[in-house]
Order: sequence, then structure tokens, then C-alpha cells
Amino acid sequence: MAISKMIGAKIHRREDPRLVSGGGRYMDDFKRPNTTYAAFIRSPYAHAKIRMIDPAEARQAPGVVAIFTAQDFEGVLTGPAPVAPAFVAEKHTVPDRPPLPRDEVVYQGQPVAVVIAESKAEAADAAALVHVDYEPLPAVMDLEKALDPSSPKAHTALPDNIAWDLVYNADADASFAEAEVTVKERILQQRLAPTPMETRSVMAEWSPHEGSMTLWLSNQGPHFIRLFVGGALGLPENRMRVISPDVGGGFGAKICPYPEDYVVPAAAKILKRPVKWTESRTESIQVTTHGRGQIFDVEVAGLKDGTLLGMKVTQYLDAGAYIGTFGAFQACACLLAGGGYKWKQIAARTIGVLTNKVSTDPYRGAGRPEATHLVERMVDIFAREIGMDPAAVRKKNFVQPGDFPYTQNFGLVMDSGDYERSLDKAMEIVGYEQLRKEQEEGRKQGRYLGIGLSTWIEICGFGPAAATAPATGGIGLVESAQVRVYPTGSVTVWTGTHSHGQGHETTFSQIVADTLGIPYDQIEIKHGDTGEGTAFGFGTYGSRSLAVGGMAIRMASQKVVDKAKKIAAHSFEAAEEDVVFEGGDFYVKGSPDNRRKIQEVAFEAYGAALPEGMEQGLEAVAYFDPPNFVWPFGAHICVVEVDPETGAVEMLKYVAVDDCGNVINPMIVEGQLHGGIAQGIAQALFEEVVYAEDGSLRTGTLLDYAIPTANEMPPLTLDSTVTPSPTNALGVKGIGEAGTIAASGAVINAIVDALSPLGVRHVDMPASPDRLWKQLQEHRTGLEGYHAVAVADTPEVDDAPRRGGPESELPGSLDEGEIGKTGGQAEPGSDGSPQEGPRHQEDYDQ
Amino acid sequence: MIPAAFEYARASSVQEASELLGKFGEDAKVLAGGHSLIPLMRLRLAQPSALVDITNIKELSYITRENGKLRIGALTRHVEIHNSEEIKQSLPILAEVASEVGDNQVRNMGTIGGVIAHADSAGDYPTLCVMLDAEIVTNKRRHAAHAFFQDLFTTPLENDEIVCEVVFPVATGPHKYIKFRRRLFDWAIVGAAAQKTDQGWRIGLTNVGPTPVRAVAVEQALGQGASPTEAAEHASDGLNPSGDIRATPEYKKHLARVLTRRAIEQSQ
Repeated sequence: MAISKMIGAKIHRREDPRLVSGGGRYMDDFKRPNTTYAAFIRSPYAHAKIRMIDPAEARQAPGVVAIFTAQDFEGVLTGPAPVAPAFVAEKHTVPDRPPLPRDEVVYQGQPVAVVIAESKAEAADAAALVHVDYEPLPAVMDLEKALDPSSPKAHTALPDNIAWDLVYNADADASFAEAEVTVKERILQQRLAPTPMETRSVMAEWSPHEGSMTLWLSNQGPHFIRLFVGGALGLPENRMRVISPDVGGGFGAKICPYPEDYVVPAAAKILKRPVKWTESRTESIQVTTHGRGQIFDVEVAGLKDGTLLGMKVTQYLDAGAYIGTFGAFQACACLLAGGGYKWKQIAARTIGVLTNKVSTDPYRGAGRPEATHLVERMVDIFAREIGMDPAAVRKKNFVQPGDFPYTQNFGLVMDSGDYERSLDKAMEIVGYEQLRKEQEEGRKQGRYLGIGLSTWIEICGFGPAAATAPATGGIGLVESAQVRVYPTGSVTVWTGTHSHGQGHETTFSQIVADTLGIPYDQIEIKHGDTGEGTAFGFGTYGSRSLAVGGMAIRMASQKVVDKAKKIAAHSFEAAEEDVVFEGGDFYVKGSPDNRRKIQEVAFEAYGAALPEGMEQGLEAVAYFDPPNFVWPFGAHICVVEVDPETGAVEMLKYVAVDDCGNVINPMIVEGQLHGGIAQGIAQALFEEVVYAEDGSLRTGTLLDYAIPTANEMPPLTLDSTVTPSPTNALGVKGIGEAGTIAASGAVINAIVDALSPLGVRHVDMPASPDRLWKQLQEHRTGLEGYHAVAVADTPEVDDAPRRGGPESELPGSLDEGEIGKTGGQAEPGSDGSPQEGPRHQEDYDQ
Repeated sequence: MIPAAFEYARASSVQEASELLGKFGEDAKVLAGGHSLIPLMRLRLAQPSALVDITNIKELSYITRENGKLRIGALTRHVEIHNSEEIKQSLPILAEVASEVGDNQVRNMGTIGGVIAHADSAGDYPTLCVMLDAEIVTNKRRHAAHAFFQDLFTTPLENDEIVCEVVFPVATGPHKYIKFRRRLFDWAIVGAAAQKTDQGWRIGLTNVGPTPVRAVAVEQALGQGASPTEAAEHASDGLNPSGDIRATPEYKKHLARVLTRRAIEQSQ
């Protein structure tokens, strides 16, 4: 099979026949003899003291094997769960996260005890009989109130609720001084529940004679779990095997170790019986880490000709009750707030806030959807303010193809791009000019069409060891691979990345097939078992598997070719440099008719006729440490019609032109975009984790937590441009998160565009019908107010207040005070109105 | 997501089901399609001591028209109502409503009797029942629909009383049901039904209070010659809906007015 034939081929995913016909191996397919089942007793309170746990009645229940609380794991589990320093250098308050708390619960659903029984049903029944006496404490639920020194604390023993407070760049004043126009907005990122189709599940089996643990769990990075959980159990790597089989979705929520991941193996060790636990859907929504949960206060300065000058952004990140293992990574939203545009200055500050909610942690995009959403919203707001087409403002400020490698405001080096080309292509496909005319016509008839642009960029492919090792606590996020060619020419590849839906078995085989010149169907990809293959794998997240893991596979394959070439040269009795490798065949320059297939060479590699001093075998291990991150980009355009009477949004068209560099398999890229765009639309229109003021979850089922289905998706038109990455030899970037990064901005920009004649300038997510209706109502009221005061020569109509009822009430802007150092008081917005978001009128320089 | 333990018995006749319910006592529940009850049990929000499964009682599944009345057996499934030529001829609005209940799985399993006995204010059939003066026939008596839906999840059904049949009048005039929701398979945030009959318009509303609502004020206004727009302004008269995660009370009242107007205008 010729090189370059498989790379770029649009072939079906080889894993799908297995997965869609019942041949997958998910956690529910794994059973061990004599298995017991765990059910966790969880706090009904967001914050409470544990006075007493009384398991006496439950112990009498049928089938109960054991009931454990925190004390029972003394000597079995040590240390708190890990918190990676991530990209935040300074931590202010980092609470320890014990697998089970002893005396204080800090979020609803936190496990306090576990029942182990002979069956799942008996465990569930007995769990209901464990009596826990709680003393409820005030719950910290609101970000702004949490920063007030007088606020109750999310942990009673901690001095404040500030997880971190970090200024990246402090100064953008010069650009604001130069500005002719400034705009300001508060951009909200609601909490999202990742909701994988397969909920979390963990099974553990302790082998007392070998002193070793086997852990099966639904996870994106089994090697990290081995490191963390094995460490807590006091087990070295070679006594701890973690198997993460087929995984039914992760979206970032299956990276970190959870309390159950510690408790289940610890219980198995104590009981010397296998223990299994599978999360219910409600538990998944309640206690699997959430995504997003942020507030951004953003100001943009520019010139009337459309030039962007400066930005000031402050991120308030709802960390939850504990800082998620990789929760602080989401602060990267600050570093990417400038998007694909040139800015003179960006000032950015991130403040992590502890609340009595489950932790936030990476969720598809992790910081980059937030960055894209805020910058794409702000560019639109700026464009409207100066009366310029939003596409024109983007084009005026894009980093240009000739500028790459481009060092952006925070010192990150963007590797390659052609932003204008993807926007032009998207505009052409969607028929932008024509749509603007239709929009104009429609408005005359009372129809509100909106066109929303999102010209997204992304940093991914984590990442260079020098940049990532400090962020993880010492482990550089490089990637490793082992490639073994067997004597008859079949190939096994072990990768340290993990596939939980990404199609690695297909994509990686395509790379190996082309590199080795061995048929695609002779290649097998193995992942997800720390007992096999590479010494350490780094897992799958942050769109890294191809750009880092795929490169390691390619390098290991290349090492195999290099060795085979030496063997072939020896057979040909030719100098190695005279041997040509082409499409799986070796030949000596000038004698292309005398060929040896790589499979023949493989057989020889296990024989006796090797070059002198060469070891037998044909296999290689490679580690790839990427020299930089990769930077995919693209342009999404969403067309909506909003029913101003009901607030209902109908998506009419969705065009996405994306550029992830060279493409290995276009079908997989499209699949990633379909799913990613769906998740972005989900945030824009449907999903939101809602808590009551007392900390109770109000969206504990999929009836209330509204994930959209195929029914709610607009027709998607996908296209691409190809700007190879100079960062790696494959020229590839990442695409796993792109759709999610781009989509929310495109949808919300379209809705705002549609409703702009009615005075709407910004809408929060999810843009549900009731929220839009309420906003339109408030605006109508606002307009009446305007007409009344217009007589008195008020210069400019204000936007309607953005928020109304108590449920949607949000804090005003925080004063740029010294929160981290002094625990300083949060100030209401500049209009002095504590019950509303920032008012806009006085925020605009005319 | 594992229900609490419960007794289970399968009845082969209404008589037997009634006796079993009597035997199991107050905490027993009837199991028909199970698409409301079983999720509640899995969340342990419902913990019945026993389930009496009536899905084997074949004689409770039928659709017939007699003397200007449409009789539908309680175990008739949504999909059967949706596909029934008889219903399309005799009460097409009911077939339309059935086509929008839940998703395919719900429609293949769920029954009209189950929806009515469950008496969820967001159910669609109860609205049609109240609006059209349907009768709900049990093994013991006949209930007028307006007296049957007493409160949220509350009916006059006795412990051993089983919904057997729903009797609708035939209505073939212009009609429309608008079910406003965020996702195709969701319950109605608000639903509005309009049916033109020989005696004038009938207007019904879903999920604007603890029980289905017949919007008499709108019907009267239309009867007095008001335009749909004018008449629909009365759709929220007297309503006091509770707010929920999808909608505030004000929004529900607003939707009641807007959807009522549209249902009347779009009736055909």
C-alpha cells in the first residue's frame, strides 16, 4: 500500500461495527467472580457538619457485606486527591480533598459513607438505611458574595473563599487612553454537566498473594489514575494495573480521579473481594465534575475605523468546593481572550472562587470556548457600537498569514493560520451578502433573522514538556508509542493516549500503514491498559491525541523503518544510504525491480542473518515532545430566526469552515465537528446546571438538564481550509474541541443580531425562550422609559437591564481591588445598582 | 436508579386487577406503559408497595365509534392513537396530540389511560378531555373530565378503581394543538388546543396550573364575535400557574395568550 494513500483517506471508523453491534466492552460488560457492589451515601446538604453516621440499621439489611466511613480507610488510603497547579502559579487557598470527609460536607452529593453488598439492589436498599446526622451550615453559592470577607466560608476551617487570584498582564491603560470607543460587557458561562452516555464506573480486584490491584474504570487517562490512586494506596506502578476499556464519552470529566476511584479499590483491598460501583444518571449530573461556571467582565477599546486596541478581562471562576484536579487550567481563557486578532495590550486577571458546589474541571474545550465566546461577543458588540459590519471588523484585525509564527499578548506563539480565508469561504457558502438583504427585508415584515459569526482559534496539542511539566506538578505532557512488527508482518501499536470515541484505532492505523507501508488491516492499535505497552501514557484531552500521540506513533514507526532499512541494506549487500524505501518496499537505487517487502525484512529481523551487532526484533519506542502547541482555527456562521413573541430560536443554517492542518481522516474530522458543534449549541441554547439558593441541585435528571438531541440540531454545512502546522512532521493540529469552541459564539451572536432592532445588545446562555422573552419584555419597559426621558434630551438609549427576577440575579462588576491580598470587598457595578449587571450607558465613550 | 423493593402481580382481567389492588392495599399502583411511573420509582420518588401490571388485559385496547362518540380503551398506546384511521376521521386533534407525546419509545409503550390516571398537569390528553367534555370510564363509575382532574397528580380514583375507557365526542372541525417546548420530546412548557365544534370553539390549555384548563372566557369572547387576537387575551384570565425551571408564571401566562391566538388562527 503506497505511502500517502491512507493519510487523508475518508474511510469508515474500524471500531464502529464492533461498537454499534454490541461488541463494545464498556464497564457494564466487566464482571469478576464473587463481586460485591457499592452504593454511596451522599450528603443532601451543600454544606453541613457531620455529627454522626449510624450504620447499625443498614448493617442488618439483607446482603450487606460492609459499611465504611472515612475512619475505616485509615492506613489503606493516604493523602488528599491531587490538584495540578495547572496554569495558575499562585494558589491562595487550596482545600484538601479527602476521598470521604470526616466531619464536614462541602457540596450536595458528596459521599460520606459506602455500603458494600452482594447485589446492586441490596446495596441501594441498605444505603437508604444509613442514618447521618447533619448540622446544616450556610452554603456559599454565589461567586460575588463568596468574595466578600463577611461571607460564610465554603470550608469552615479556611480563611476565605479565594482559590487563587492571579494577574497575567496588568496593563492595558495606554490602549484605552488612545481609544475613540470603548465597550464593556459581562459575559457569563453557565455551569454545564458533561453527561457522557456511559456514566462513571469503577471496579477493583485485589490480589493478596501478589499484593497487586487491578482497577477497571471508565476514564480518559488510565496512567494518571494509576499514578494518583496507586499513590494513595501505597502501590508502585508495577503493583497497580488500570484498565480503561471502551469508554462511552468523557468530554474532560473522566480525567481526574474521583472519591469513588479511591474508595472502591480501598474497599476491595480490605474485603479481599472485587468491588464494583456504577454511577447513576442523577449522580452523574450531581457529582461528576462540571464544566465552565465562570463570569467574565470585559472591556474593549478601539478606534472608530474598526481597529481593536486593547482589552481588559477579569475571570471569576467557580472552582466548586475543591479545586478540580485540572480545574485551574480553565484560567487559560484569559491567555486566549484576544482570539485571532491583533491587540496592542490585553490586561487579564483570573480569580478562582470556592463555593459549595461540585468542582469544575475541564469540559470539552476547557477555557478555550470561554475565551472564544467572550472575544467573539465583544468584537460583535464593538462592531455594532461603531456601526461596522462584524465581518469587516474581524478582517481588519486578524493576525495575517505572513505574521506567523505570531507571538500573541501573553507570549504564546501561534504556529500558522489564514483566518481571513476561512471566514471568506464561510461567508461565501452561507451567502452572507444575500442573507443581509433578506434580513433587511424580513425586518420590514416583523421577521427577526440573525447572522452570527464566530472566527475561532484554539491552542491545543498539550503539550511541550517545558510548558506543561510545571503545570501538572512535574509530568510533561509528551506522548509515547511502541510499534512492534511481528515476524509475519502484522503490527501492534501501543499508544499512551486513550480513545473514548475519537476513532484512534482508525486514524492511528492510517498513519502506521503509510509510514510502514504495511496494509491498514494488518495493524492493531492498543490503548487503555497500563499493564500493556508504554511505560506512561498521558491520556486524551485537549485535542492532543493526534498532534502529540499520533506523532509518537509516527516516530516509532519511522524508527522501525530505519532499522528495517539497515537489515534490507545488509541483505542487498548495499550501503544503507543507497537503499530506497517506497510504499513498503526496499530496493537499491537504480535497481527498482529487485525489491524486498518490509514484511520479508521483518521475518529476517527475527532470524540469523542480521547485520553484525544488531539485535533481533523489529520494534521501537518513541517519545514525542512537541516543540510548540498547535493552533487550529476556523469560521462558523449560524443563521437564526427568533420569534420575538415567544423568544423561541430556530436555527436555519449552520456553516463551519475549519482548519486543523493536514487531515488524516476527513470523516472522523466531520464527526468530531458534528459532536462538537452540538455541544456548543447545547450550551448556547439548552443546558445549564441550576442550583437553588440552599445548594440543592434543581437539574438532577435529564428532564430538567436539557441536553439537545438530533431533533434540535440545525442542518450543518461543513467545509475546510488546510494550513499545515509547522509544529509537527504530520502537519496536523487538533479538531476534537473545535466545534464546541466555535459554536456558542456563533449562535449567541446570531440571536443578538436578530434582536438588535429591538435594542438587545447581549444575551446570556442558555438563550432559552423564557430568558429571551423576559429580556425583550424588560427592553420594552426600558424603551418606554427612554421615550419618557428622551424629551429631556438624554443622548443615548440605554440597553434594557439584562436581568430581572431573583433567580437570574447576578453580581455587579467587581472593583479592581486587591482581592487576593486583602480579601477585599466586591463592589457593585459602576451604576451603583446592586441587583443588576453592569448598565451600559455610561460605559460607552462616544 | 434502582427502585425500592415491591410486589408484582400481573392481572389478566379488570376484575382480577381490581381484586389485586384491593389485596395489596393503598400503596399499590397500576402499571400500564410505565413511562411515568417507572422513572419515578427509579428515582425512589415513588415507592409503591406493589405493582399490578394490567398490560395483558387485551380487552382494554381498542378504538371504536358509536353513536357519535369515540371510545378508546385505556391501554391503547400513543402510537395506535396516532395511526388510527378512526381517530383521524372522528377526532383528528387527538391523533395530532398523540404524535407529539414524548419520543418513539414513549409512544410505543405509553397508554392514554396511563396519562389520564397519572394526571400530570403537563400531560396533553387531559387538556383535550377537559376541553371536549370527555368521560373517563372506570370499572366502578363514569367521571366527567372536569371533575376527574382535581389537582396535580390527584384524581378521585379509588384504590381498586382502574381507568378502562375514555369517551370523547366526535369533532371534525378546524383544530390545532400547539405544544410549546424546547426539545421535541419534552413535556409542554405550555400547550394550547383549539377545536371548532358545532356549538362553537373549545379552547384548552396545558400546564398552566395544577389541572388542565378549559379557557371558557376565550370561548365566550369568540362566541361573541371577538377576533382571535382579542379573544386570546382572555386565555390567561384567572390563571395562577406555578413557575418552574423552564418558565416563570408570567411567561406561562404570556404563552397561554400567544399560543391560544395562534392555535385559533392556525386551526384547519
